[in-house]
Amino acid sequence: MNGPRPTAPTSAVLETAGAWLLALIWILPLAYALWAAVHPSQYSAHFVANAPLTVENFVKAWNASPFGRYFLNTFLLVSMILIAQLVLCTLAAYAFARFSFVGRDTAFVLVLLQLMIMPDVLIVENYRTMTALGLVDTIPAIGLPYMASAFGIFLLRQTFKSVPRELDEAARVEGAGPLQVLLKVYVPLAKPVYIAYGLVSISYHWNNFLWPLIVTNSVGTRPLTVGLQIFASSDQGIDWSVISAATLMTSAPLLIAFLLFQRQFVQSFMRAGIR
Amino acid sequence: MMHGAEPGAVAAAAPASPVRGRGAAPQLLPHIYGWLLLLPAAVLLAAFTHYPAVSTFIDSLFSTPKGRRGAAFIGLDNYQAMLDDPVFWRALENNAIYAACVIPLSIALALTMAILVDRETAGRAFLRLSFFTPTVLPMIAVANIWLFFYSPGYGLLDQVLSLFGVAAPNWLGNGHTALGCLIAVAVWKDAGFFMIFYLAALQQLSPQLAEAAAIEGASRWYFFRRVTFPLLMPTTLFVLINAVINSFRLIDHIVVMTQGGPDNATALLLFYIYEVGFKFWDTAYAATLTVVLLSLLAAVALGQFVFFDRRIHYQ
Repeated sequence: MNGPRPTAPTSAVLETAGAWLLALIWILPLAYALWAAVHPSQYSAHFVANAPLTVENFVKAWNASPFGRYFLNTFLLVSMILIAQLVLCTLAAYAFARFSFVGRDTAFVLVLLQLMIMPDVLIVENYRTMTALGLVDTIPAIGLPYMASAFGIFLLRQTFKSVPRELDEAARVEGAGPLQVLLKVYVPLAKPVYIAYGLVSISYHWNNFLWPLIVTNSVGTRPLTVGLQIFASSDQGIDWSVISAATLMTSAPLLIAFLLFQRQFVQSFMRAGIR
Repeated sequence: MMHGAEPGAVAAAAPASPVRGRGAAPQLLPHIYGWLLLLPAAVLLAAFTHYPAVSTFIDSLFSTPKGRRGAAFIGLDNYQAMLDDPVFWRALENNAIYAACVIPLSIALALTMAILVDRETAGRAFLRLSFFTPTVLPMIAVANIWLFFYSPGYGLLDQVLSLFGVAAPNWLGNGHTALGCLIAVAVWKDAGFFMIFYLAALQQLSPQLAEAAAIEGASRWYFFRRVTFPLLMPTTLFVLINAVINSFRLIDHIVVMTQGGPDNATALLLFYIYEVGFKFWDTAYAATLTVVLLSLLAAVALGQFVFFDRRIHYQ
């Protein structure tokens, strides 16, 4: 339908075959991890149709490491970051979109700087700051550098700017103050953008690894990614089946959410990128 | 329209207006509101982005404090040491090779995938799913899976190769193949992510363009080269910037798979910073290395504004 000329049948077949080959290669690592995780370890590299199924690998992984605690830590971390981001970015975006104040343009450029110079590369200095604040090995230390997100501010500012001024004026005439206008007019209209941003933020921080690895050093604070790495590189012996099970376990919530809400996920990433 | 009037004039003409406030206040209020709203985000940004960026530079001019001896000003000595450090040059070279491979490969694949799943194809839902899934998985998790793919002897790659009677090298243990293995992982992880943006852009292209081209009898390749690709330029720029940043920012797979080895063959710049800063605890030298990384990122930002903005074909 999209091609300018109806393609010849053979080349269309070739294209479809190519697409499938590429897709199979792309899904292979995940498919393999799934195979290894649900079969006994002697089958981990031995692919026969009658290999017996087992949940033993998941049980072993769960018992070998405090994954329950890691799950809780990641959950706390991700929700803390998301809530802080939503509040901070909403306020800042509202300021940039609807108030003309001294130094606004300079401030906006300084905010956008973070799109390039992300906290991910400022690990040495941020670790020093966390030490000075006495926050090393706490969950807030993992989250703090990410809470004021330039990406979120930019995204919401664009959205707020597209809200018709008349709605704003109408609410003000009715006596609403700036914060009430924000909550009653702007926030409800930006709901799809909030969802998009939320999904992107959750998947980013669920998966984040290097900074949490640096700034945590105990079971009580480590997120799943760091816990998984410690588990996989410890002296468990290289049992790929158990490592695969642990790998799937840590990615499962995100993966299941993705499979259930595939359309929203994809559209969220699209929306986040377009603006 | 009312809101076109000067706030001051409105206040003078209608002093009773409850919206505009009293006297000089309307002039000042937007400034106060603006800064108050911005303040919480500004404080955090200043503390964890601007301050560390500046203090990185300052720290690079001092020595690393050791024990009771504090940091001493040593001018450009750290930079001199860096220029004499073969591992720094190795990491820089690795990072250049890594970026030069990952960026074009992942973008080209992303565009191909987007075009493949933009059409009505058998199993389109499955195709999209498998292309996009790597994006939602943690890099740390998939790196563990890939580690097994590459493991010598019983790894999947070696098993497949042995079917064809090919003797496989020790993929991650060999300095010639290790970086390539990591490049493959990065391309695999990023291509599906970038595909999404191309897909979104493709869906916004007017179908009339394709119809017009069909009437003219243009071939698909010609249509892609002369119409689709130029119109996708803004998306390509966006994806390109992201790809460049990712190639300097993401080193999770290196921590899991090679630890920079063998013999620094897979040490990227940020990995070397991590190693120097948190394994050797030479923070001043790590700051010096970070200055290089920040300069590279700043150059990318500058290039984006100066070079690309005028060349893009905006719709």
